[in-house]
Amino acid sequence: MALSTKSNFTDPDAAYRLIVEAHRGISDAQSADLDAALVLVLANHIGDLDVLREAIALAQRRMVAAGQQQQQQQ
Amino acid sequence: MAQSKTQFGYRRHADQDRTGANAAEYPVVVVGAGPVGLSLAIDLAQRGLPVVLLDDADRIGEGSRAICFSKRSLEVWDRLGVAQRMVDKGVVWKVGKIFLGKEMLYQFDLLPEDGHKMPAFINLQQYYAESYLVDRVQELPGIDLRWRNKVTGLEQHNDHAVLTIETPDGPYRLRAEYVAACDGARSALRGMVGAEFAGEVFEDQFLIADVKMTAEFPTERWFWFDPPFHSGQSALLHRQPDDVWRIDLQLGPDADPAIERLPENVRPRIERMLGHGDFKFEWISIYKFQCRRMQRFLHERVIFAGDSAHQVSPFGARGANSGLEDGENLAWKLAMVLRGDAPAALLASYEIERGLAADENIRASTRSTDFIAPHSKQERRLRQAVLSLAKEADFAKRMVNGGRLSVPSVYDSPLSSDDVDRWEGGPRPGAAMPDAPLTRANGEPIYLTESFKSAGGGFVLLESANGAAFDAPRDVGRIRVGAGAPLHDHAGLFARRYDATPGSAYLLRPDGYVAARFRHPTPVAIERAMARASGKG
Repeated sequence: MALSTKSNFTDPDAAYRLIVEAHRGISDAQSADLDAALVLVLANHIGDLDVLREAIALAQRRMVAAGQQQQQQQ
Repeated sequence: MAQSKTQFGYRRHADQDRTGANAAEYPVVVVGAGPVGLSLAIDLAQRGLPVVLLDDADRIGEGSRAICFSKRSLEVWDRLGVAQRMVDKGVVWKVGKIFLGKEMLYQFDLLPEDGHKMPAFINLQQYYAESYLVDRVQELPGIDLRWRNKVTGLEQHNDHAVLTIETPDGPYRLRAEYVAACDGARSALRGMVGAEFAGEVFEDQFLIADVKMTAEFPTERWFWFDPPFHSGQSALLHRQPDDVWRIDLQLGPDADPAIERLPENVRPRIERMLGHGDFKFEWISIYKFQCRRMQRFLHERVIFAGDSAHQVSPFGARGANSGLEDGENLAWKLAMVLRGDAPAALLASYEIERGLAADENIRASTRSTDFIAPHSKQERRLRQAVLSLAKEADFAKRMVNGGRLSVPSVYDSPLSSDDVDRWEGGPRPGAAMPDAPLTRANGEPIYLTESFKSAGGGFVLLESANGAAFDAPRDVGRIRVGAGAPLHDHAGLFARRYDATPGSAYLLRPDGYVAARFRHPTPVAIERAMARASGKG
């Protein structure tokens, strides 16, 4: 199975909102803790090492791209 | 310390009078009388080879050191005639428990089924294991064990090596067709062949305290993350014979080993753990560990086995056990090559198979170590997330890693013949044979591993009988199970563990690993698989 990057939620705004609200009113450290647990829960739900690997690669590509953009703005 | 027979005498040997080109020659010289060298020497001697075994000390090392011996190691030792003594003295266990704080997160059972001769694990101080192996060595006329014989020089030649050996009477030389270097993590021979020993060093330090006390703890492996008595670190408690308990406490990267190893500093830590001070120290050690291996285990005429070739962290009991597996893998191959029954190329499969096993052990051990001692803040955060999720989610329990215990590797090996038939279960080519309970015609029980042991020590055809025996190649041992055969599968466990249908057969290597399996064996197919497994394929 390949990583699906098409929009899977009928209401993507609601999904985004749900995640944002989970982080409202907590410290950065607590947010990081929450994210760590969430990543593990969702990774297990996916249950596929190849999909997980692709998801990590996508997240890492974005990190590189974001870093370059920042440099250009300086 | 409660050790039996630890001191041995140096004795001058006639070989020491031979000078220059007259050096005595042996097929194999094994260097290092630790568990690996002793076991390898016994295995080789039982296969009919005269062996010289050299050790630079004249006594068995102090301290309990390796204490967990796996089912596979015991099966090897059973073949070598020493397992029963080990099991009788050892503490048999199979259950492990993992705690977070005061709470148990989960427990595991390493052998949840019956019908195996050997238990999942025993705990036994290394000095007992070595002492029993030395006793066995002394029963075998084929082994010449020489204490205070320290190898100080190595010359490699086309078809042999020459060792220079230092003794209390001065140096002498020995020629060996092959040298087995079982001389441990600080192997001198590794230096002499100029091999690198690279890998990962872990910064965290650990304290081992073996204490003698009477206690009511069950015979289980207990591992704590963040225990109330040792905040923020990990701890391990494990029982050994003679009322000795292994306690292992994580100290972190910044601890000063010189201070931490002082008994007056260890004592309060152990008192906090046990809630009392009614114990005596047997052994205290502070260690850091490394995961590393030699790139090659074969260096011309010198073959490395055990800690000299690879090292892992102790979490998982993969050090001594993997060394013993090295020995069993090497023994039959060396014996066949030296007898002229197999080409020297067979030895290359030792490096392939045990190299893969070393990689697997290093991988498992590194993962455990990283889980126990996270490298960064975020790694620690993920670890905490796993631990806290484990209280309610099964998936997270399975991610909690307090050491994954040693099981034999399944070899992807050039010696294996691929399956051509359909198999729903059973060990695949490259896997170790599982045990099963059988009965003889007179109703007497016998384990499959026992009948393997008495099947000749060479290749063995394990058959699920279907009428009369067919003609197998001359030099293969036979174990026949089923109707009309010498052995019966009364419990049906052999059939289940081997997915055995009448007429099917497994070809087992001399180390009990599967070389090939057939639903409809033919002499030609067996012959071909044997040739392949002998390095002729």
